[in-house]
Amino acid sequence: MIAKKLNEGGDIAGTPNDFSESEVGGYNLRLYVAGQTPKSLAAISNLKKLCEGHLAGRYTIDVVDLLVTPQLAAGDQIVALPTLVRRLPPPLKRVIGDLSNTERVLVGLDIRPKTGSPT
Amino acid sequence: MATKHKKADHSANSNHLVPLRKTPTGIKGLDALTLGGLPMGRPTLLCGSAGCGKTLFAMTFLVNGVNKFDEPGVLMSFEERARDLETNVASLGYDVAELVERKQLVIDHVYIERAEIEESGEYDLEGLFVRLGYAIDSIGAKRVVLDTIEALFAGLDDTAILRSELRRLFAWLKDKGVTAIITGERGDGQLTRYGIEEYVSDCVILLDNRVEDQVTTRRLRVVKYRGSSHGTNEYPFLIDEHGISVLPITSAELTHRISHESVPTGVPDLDDMLGIHGYFRGSSILISGLAGTGKSTFASAFVNAACERGERCLYFAFEESPDQIVRNMASVGLKLDQHIESGLLDFQAARPSLYGFEMHLARMNRDIEEFAPQVIVVDPISAFRGPSSEIHSTLIRLADICKSKGITALFTSLSSSGEQMTESERSVSSLMDTWISLKDTEANGERNRVLYLLKSRGMNHSKQLREYELTNHGIHMVDAYIGPDAVLTGTARIAQEAREREADLSRKQATERRRREVARKRAALDRQIAELRAALETEEAEMATLIEQEEAREIAHGSDRSKMAAKRGMRS
Repeated sequence: MIAKKLNEGGDIAGTPNDFSESEVGGYNLRLYVAGQTPKSLAAISNLKKLCEGHLAGRYTIDVVDLLVTPQLAAGDQIVALPTLVRRLPPPLKRVIGDLSNTERVLVGLDIRPKTGSPT
Repeated sequence: MATKHKKADHSANSNHLVPLRKTPTGIKGLDALTLGGLPMGRPTLLCGSAGCGKTLFAMTFLVNGVNKFDEPGVLMSFEERARDLETNVASLGYDVAELVERKQLVIDHVYIERAEIEESGEYDLEGLFVRLGYAIDSIGAKRVVLDTIEALFAGLDDTAILRSELRRLFAWLKDKGVTAIITGERGDGQLTRYGIEEYVSDCVILLDNRVEDQVTTRRLRVVKYRGSSHGTNEYPFLIDEHGISVLPITSAELTHRISHESVPTGVPDLDDMLGIHGYFRGSSILISGLAGTGKSTFASAFVNAACERGERCLYFAFEESPDQIVRNMASVGLKLDQHIESGLLDFQAARPSLYGFEMHLARMNRDIEEFAPQVIVVDPISAFRGPSSEIHSTLIRLADICKSKGITALFTSLSSSGEQMTESERSVSSLMDTWISLKDTEANGERNRVLYLLKSRGMNHSKQLREYELTNHGIHMVDAYIGPDAVLTGTARIAQEAREREADLSRKQATERRRREVARKRAALDRQIAELRAALETEEAEMATLIEQEEAREIAHGSDRSKMAAKRGMRS
């Protein structure tokens, strides 16, 4: 349900990516959540805002609800929720939490280098 | 929903005062000392320092669950990858990959690398719950192992979140109704490094691996077990190619069933010395003696006789290799090799220094369980060196195990020269039902062997010192010479016997001489009497003749006088 609402990249939640947009050097992000908890909803809206602000047009997001597809949890080594996984470009990156700290997310996704001064 | 159902079950159970149900681990001994196993449907904390065998223990719990109790299991490993785990437990003979294939076991390796994770804002461990829940539901698991969940603390920063989530996890596991083992690394001053024993408090088992005198002993202790009594001591346990076995509790009460049946000793002459013509079945026998007195030979004779009756024997050799024993015993006419071939006899040889006493005991216990012998031999107990209290407790337990199983146990012990008992002898003497002491006597430039029964409970027995010989047909007894001054054996005995025979002969000759003398005297006297009697008779005969003549003369004289008177009267 969440997936449908937020179908930014055109992917359906829980299905593997077809990497269609990755070839242009875009970001393929997957957000794992479990149900519509306040944390999940916060993470989703935070992610949306952040991507629009920094990666406009260069990203796809699919949201995986582990309550629907729990078998996907092991594959991406999900322990904490919500977890944002940067599947492309490599290497794999993870950010956990409700993504409320934008700086940490940008660092975690390598959008902004760790050494860069945050403002 | 399934969870709710389980819950309802639980409360229904407690209403009817049903005691805590338990999940057997299938680990020999552990189920005995926890009186049935781990608390069913509850988490158990298994802690210990590195190298204690926590993972193997947990894995055994899962594999036994599948193989013995038909309960599928989930292993969530936070440290080792599934493939490494499979390799590691293959040494115990577990084919984990096959179980995974049969969908009876799920291994999920949870990998957390702090460097790869950025934390931003609030999170929880729901992902772990989802994974675990999915794994449990996918195979209907009843058993869960989390090994070692404390790895999470190394991977994630926010310990406050971790702690509250772990608390929730353990509560959730209980709700799921799975029996779980959570392993934890031993920490300073507490059971686990991050103090998770706070959250898992139903059952705590501590594993320990101590080195004393360069000998390692693995020990296990049930620190607590809510809602159940349990053995509280430290128990040695053993990990080897046969899996894990814990030495069970010493039977505190002496209630084992006893037998009135006798078992021949294998030495017919020795049988005759014992009131029931053998040892009691299920009793403990100690054969002590100096070097070279034939302790092993007596033991082997016993084993040989038992095998010939078709009984199973287990021979624990601590000083000689099995081949050596077999070869040596062939020289006294005991063919042990045929019994090994027929599978009735098994040797277990190990150097005493290989493990600590406790480990030896655990191993022996395991071997006894597996081989199910009627007779065991421990040759010799004196090979165990160490504090007497430890030897004592080890042997007490071994004797107990044997008695409880009705196994006749024969122990040999090497005495030190001199009269003092060795440490091991003194400590076990009171445990033994029959004690045979073998001795060497040295005199006249030769050694001879003598034997006596120090004690034999519950039967009359010979109190005599007996000399015995090890011949190529076995052991034979000879009556020893017990004189007023000393016990003589060997040639001294033979010489003494010859002397005695001589003395006996001369005594007999003297008597005979005396008897002949008397007879001769009697004959002489008889002759004298006869002579006297004859003389008397002669005299009497003469007397009679005289009297006759006198009478005749009287008559003649009388007639003459009357003739004369008539003549005078007629004239006057």
